[in-house]
Amino acid sequence: MGVGIEVVNLNAWYGTNHTLQDINLNIPANHATALIGPSGCGKSTFVRCINRMHETNPIGRVTGSIKIGDLDVYKDAKPVQIRRRVGMVFQRPNPFPTMSIYDNVAAGLKLNGYTNRRSLDEIVEKSLKNSALWGEVKDDLKKKSGASLSGGQQQRLCIARALAVDPEVLLMDEPASALDPVSTSKIEDLIFQLKTQYTIVIVTHNMQQAARVAEKTGFFLNGRMVEFDSTHKIFTNPSDKRTEDYITGRFG
Amino acid sequence: MLLCGLSIFVIVGLIAFELVVRSQLTLHKFGFAFFYQVFTDPQTNLKLFWDPVNEQFSARPFIYGTLVSSFLALLLAVPLAIGVAVFLTEMCPRVLRGPLAFLTELLAAIPSVIYGLWAVFVLVPLLRDYVNPLLVKTLGWSGLFSDDNPTGLGYVAAGVILAIMILPIISSLTREVMSTVPHSQREAVLALGATRWEMIRMGVLRNARIGIVGSVILGLGRALGETMAVAMVIGDAPEIHRSLLSNGSTMATVIANEYAEAVGDMHLSALTEIGLALFVVTIFVNALAQVLIWAVTRGTPSQVH
Amino acid sequence: MTGLAILATVIVIVPLIAIFGYLIYKGASSLNFAFFTKSPAPVGELGGGMANAILGSAIVLALASAIGVPIGIGGGIYLAEFGRGTKLAAAIRFTADVLNGVPSIVMGLAAYALIVVPMKHFSAYAGGVALGFMMIPTVCRTSEEMLLMVPNAIREAALGLGVPNWRSVLSITVKTASPGIITGCMLAFARVAGETAPLVFTALGNQFWSTNLNQPIAALPLQIYVYALSPYDDWHRLAWAGSLVLIVLIVFAVSLVRYVTSRGVLKGAS
Repeated sequence: MGVGIEVVNLNAWYGTNHTLQDINLNIPANHATALIGPSGCGKSTFVRCINRMHETNPIGRVTGSIKIGDLDVYKDAKPVQIRRRVGMVFQRPNPFPTMSIYDNVAAGLKLNGYTNRRSLDEIVEKSLKNSALWGEVKDDLKKKSGASLSGGQQQRLCIARALAVDPEVLLMDEPASALDPVSTSKIEDLIFQLKTQYTIVIVTHNMQQAARVAEKTGFFLNGRMVEFDSTHKIFTNPSDKRTEDYITGRFG
Repeated sequence: MLLCGLSIFVIVGLIAFELVVRSQLTLHKFGFAFFYQVFTDPQTNLKLFWDPVNEQFSARPFIYGTLVSSFLALLLAVPLAIGVAVFLTEMCPRVLRGPLAFLTELLAAIPSVIYGLWAVFVLVPLLRDYVNPLLVKTLGWSGLFSDDNPTGLGYVAAGVILAIMILPIISSLTREVMSTVPHSQREAVLALGATRWEMIRMGVLRNARIGIVGSVILGLGRALGETMAVAMVIGDAPEIHRSLLSNGSTMATVIANEYAEAVGDMHLSALTEIGLALFVVTIFVNALAQVLIWAVTRGTPSQVH
Repeated sequence: MTGLAILATVIVIVPLIAIFGYLIYKGASSLNFAFFTKSPAPVGELGGGMANAILGSAIVLALASAIGVPIGIGGGIYLAEFGRGTKLAAAIRFTADVLNGVPSIVMGLAAYALIVVPMKHFSAYAGGVALGFMMIPTVCRTSEEMLLMVPNAIREAALGLGVPNWRSVLSITVKTASPGIITGCMLAFARVAGETAPLVFTALGNQFWSTNLNQPIAALPLQIYVYALSPYDDWHRLAWAGSLVLIVLIVFAVSLVRYVTSRGVLKGAS
């Protein structure tokens, strides 16, 4: 089951570049929340603050607080622990090329010390089914390498890999932007099903995609969050003029 | 210009030709048995391998010495080289990286004879007085370390100095191979909740392993042919002993030591045949290493970014 | 585990510092005027230097460069300009890399067979040939790399001026890449300067001052080898001093190479 995310006064820097300024929002549990905005507005940075990937960059810095459920991401836990509870899917699929499909999905589990053969098999199967990839790969689980699949399949493999460790939150940074339309729609269907079990935050350039899959949407501009509301309202009757300009394509 | 380029083929061909021609005597007399035969000294009834006076030649002790010293060197050098490569690539503060990398490259530039000089006057006494007795005391039960060679020379000395010499190559090639692993792989592992070491192991080393194997094999190639430093510390004895602390000889060192004053044509032929064997083996090993490294750094990468 | 990696690095740096430290400690005191000007004194007598070895090395290296540099650069020019992309070029490149890995003692064997045997005696020529052969692959590959770095725009500019291909290549491309090519030659030079094994039975070594190319000749690394294994303390002292001189020259060459390449070899190209 997913949990909600509470963000209070989040500020982030890349060196001297003040990438995120005073972000406050509440992301609801078991819903899909979309983050939209023009390139460079900070939405990817924001998402990377949630699982503390931002600080892997030597000049990255964060102040403020993010709470996942009751857990303060920056004060109560180490980055490694957070990342075990938060899954991430990247813009370009990055399965491990030296591992089979099975080992790819099980990678996160093995890092956490799971060794029981039978439970690994079950979890791998369940994750692949949850990411709608099981049918296409079930005969080649250990024979094919993760990199031998098509782009869309690779991305679903990465989703399965993220789901295998049973996270509470799933972060998706433009997961379909590198994929063809057919694969994209498969991923979107997936998100629709997954959101009942996980809290999903999806960064997207594609406004139609946000409208299709997310209940809530946040609009980012120049490092600030301009508006955060139900998707329906953002796209039909936004409160802020800047949001309206972006939606209607006046810029971005 | 084309001629200059072709000259490389010519040179390799010339080397092969001359080596084969000049080892005809022993090639004909002993055939393939040259590489493993054993003689018996009629006076003492002991095993004998290399007797220039009576024209009895066997390459067996030199092959043994080459393998043992190279294997020892790899055993010592590979973990250290990978450790250094990992440290410099993943953990080292930016400021230190340049100077430290430069220092390891300097190690590669030191000539063999200077390594040998240092080994003779510093390393060997160190081994003789401190390390070897310790090895005998703690590991003597294995039969690999006996105390009947008080000089400090021998396979261990050769292995240690060889390890120091091949370490820079393995390390810098490993670094090069590690740098071709895409950043996205590191991020994927981190996002799953890996610690830094798990990230290095699963995200970097694992992806780079073919290239790392290639660099190790290249290091092996260098160790096999290394002459001067080994000649100065291995003790120059054409014998086979189980103890790693005993004196020995390698294919390269026997050529260096005996060629200029060889006793007769058969002797020269035997030495040249050893040189031929060395030539063939190192070409094969180096070619294998080149293929492996080329596959990682320049070949088509996998479809992952 | 981080500790282990740091430990590995320390273990690696220690011998380096130990070697350099020892060279300076043992060798510096013997670096007097006599060292650079005198030949070895008769056995048992003190004094004497390594002047003959320094001269001998210079002579042999000059011979080696005369062979290695032109052929190597020529090969590099072929690989980069005329044979680019052909299978022949790929074969040459691969063979050059493999030749680089051939043990230096085997090179000595080949030079012995090619030069010493027909001439029936050891000589500086033989040593020069052995080392020259060793220089060729290194010079060839680095020259090729440097030439490949010259932007195509320059070649096209030359062709656009109506200069026939081979001339444009030589006069313009090579000139542009020349700092890098010289650097590559220096690298190869530094590498063979310290080589001993190929000289052991080609140049053989010589206790006396000699400029005769047709006779055995001394060389610095060779002399160091002989002296190191001798039973005389005085000769050990000279060996350390000689090593210090050798290593200083090599470090200087390597650092210069690094400096030139890090500063941007082809400043003239842009």
